[in-house]
Amino acid sequence: MTAILPAAGMPTATAMERSVPTGGPAPRRVRAPWADRLFAMAAHAAAWLTLALLAGILVSLFLGALPAIREYGLSFIWRSDWDPVGEKFGGLVMIYGTLVTSAIALIIAVPVSFGIALFLTELSPQWLKRPLGMAVELLAAVPSIVYGMWGLLVFGPILSSWVQQPLQAAFKGVPVLGGLFAGPPVGIGLLSAGIILAIMIIPYIASVMRDVFEVTPPMLKESAYGLGSTTWEVVWNVVLPYTKAGVVGGVMLGLGRALGETMAVTFVIGNMNQLNSVSLFEAANSITSALANEFAEAGEGLHQASLIYLGLILFFITFVVLACSKLLLAQMRKSEGSRS
Amino acid sequence: MSGFSIDAGRLAAHKRRKRVNALALALSLAAMAFGVFWLLWILFETVRLGASGLSWQVFTEMTPAPQAEVGGLANAIYGSLMMVGLATLIATPIGVMAGVYLAEYGRNAWLGRITQFINDILLSAPSIVIGLFIYSVVVARFKAFSGWAGVMALSLIVIPVVIRTTENMLALVPNAMREAAYALGTPKWKVILSITLKSARSGVLTGVLLAVARISGETAPLLFTALSNQFWTSNLREPMASLPVTIFKFAMSPYENWQQLAWAGVFLITLGVLALNIVARVAFRNKH
Repeated sequence: MTAILPAAGMPTATAMERSVPTGGPAPRRVRAPWADRLFAMAAHAAAWLTLALLAGILVSLFLGALPAIREYGLSFIWRSDWDPVGEKFGGLVMIYGTLVTSAIALIIAVPVSFGIALFLTELSPQWLKRPLGMAVELLAAVPSIVYGMWGLLVFGPILSSWVQQPLQAAFKGVPVLGGLFAGPPVGIGLLSAGIILAIMIIPYIASVMRDVFEVTPPMLKESAYGLGSTTWEVVWNVVLPYTKAGVVGGVMLGLGRALGETMAVTFVIGNMNQLNSVSLFEAANSITSALANEFAEAGEGLHQASLIYLGLILFFITFVVLACSKLLLAQMRKSEGSRS
Repeated sequence: MSGFSIDAGRLAAHKRRKRVNALALALSLAAMAFGVFWLLWILFETVRLGASGLSWQVFTEMTPAPQAEVGGLANAIYGSLMMVGLATLIATPIGVMAGVYLAEYGRNAWLGRITQFINDILLSAPSIVIGLFIYSVVVARFKAFSGWAGVMALSLIVIPVVIRTTENMLALVPNAMREAAYALGTPKWKVILSITLKSARSGVLTGVLLAVARISGETAPLLFTALSNQFWTSNLREPMASLPVTIFKFAMSPYENWQQLAWAGVFLITLGVLALNIVARVAFRNKH
């Protein structure tokens, strides 16, 4: 770094030396105001492009969905019929699938991520922190199609014979739970999709939680330890309240990922447009899996417009969730700045 | 007597707190094991099922018809490399420039703040929506699925990643270096290009590598932009095969040979993506 400085400053310096003592010949022009302006313009343009991108996505989705919006309006959201042949479309089945799988994913992923973050910040010996942190980050790097194929061909059959069938046998006849666990235990459906999503979002939530846990001032923690608190009490009563906003922001980030995940869900959800039972074993459909399966084949017209409408709804939901996450994390960072 | 009972009560409370603590820490250990367990299991299955399907034919033969004797993934691998490479080439300069804007020009400007916010949302936006966008802007307009549409969809995913890392890395460059350069009379563009960007080089490069890793496995944005192609093509105006889409098509099929090839493809992608990630992280750590 130090080697760069003189090299870059040199031409200017020599030019100055030459021009200062005599004042005779006009100083060589090393500043190029146009270059400065051009560079600034290019940088501004690139920033504008990002904004234009978001606007473009919103506008193009809205225009594409317009025929369906005209036809159904907001009632699209609670209509459950999806019949490409009879040209009748409603998004309830897919929206339900997306929300239920994401909910299952959060129920599993949040406690596990909390445990991982707790382990990485408070328990892990120093030499294990890096490799374990890296392992969690690699889990996030595995492409979603790998999760999907693994889920369909390896995990699904195991889930079916080791989890679903015993659950079904245990809860047969029990009013609510029996209903949740009814249906064919084939390892494909809402539950498997939710579990795979959980595995996929654990790294995102865990790494945000770890990062915010680490910014808790050591003084606060040491005071609590000094009063005789156990590790658990320090984390639960000191670290967690201090990092509340950041933790919720991390969870929202994970939720945003889960809602928009396509390939893993498409492989294991079963792609069936039905809403006959509340069973979690039933094959279903999500917004993303419907898009992945039907869009390329959908003829222009109402079918395609309805699919784009679904995409617009998905983008809107994830936009709101991610915006909340971002605001919470920013708030966390600000309060950290003012308190320390 | 009363003193003794208070002590007993305290002792019980102390023991209970110890027990709660031990339980919580055990659960935390279990959570960590749970996370690592999935990674190892997925890697194990990928290697077990993928490596056995690997042969030279995978790299030399075209994607086969169902139940054909021989076949490989040559056209899909080529298509993936082509589209990922072009997308990276197109998106990197744009992303770096926008990152430069955020770090060097727009620190306190409204445009800077909004761009930062929007960029963070684009970073996590569902990639299938990007595919829909490119479909309606490019594919629907020209009435054809094409490699170029795939390249565009992928570059839209790279841009936010590069913007984010460039901005973060530039923010790490100490202000004293900028001030020293300005004091020597260096114009701003030169300060940015040959001082701040140069010293943040390895970080920016890491961001680009991570972005390449991310798009190598992306399937959703290619499904209805580049589509797929059973044959070799280097013409970007035609539909183009890619590794992820081919894996998707083959894995969902009932044919034995297709599924075998899909596992080989999954093995290749996982290997490539994890290698890129490890290289990026290790290289970055050595520099700093």
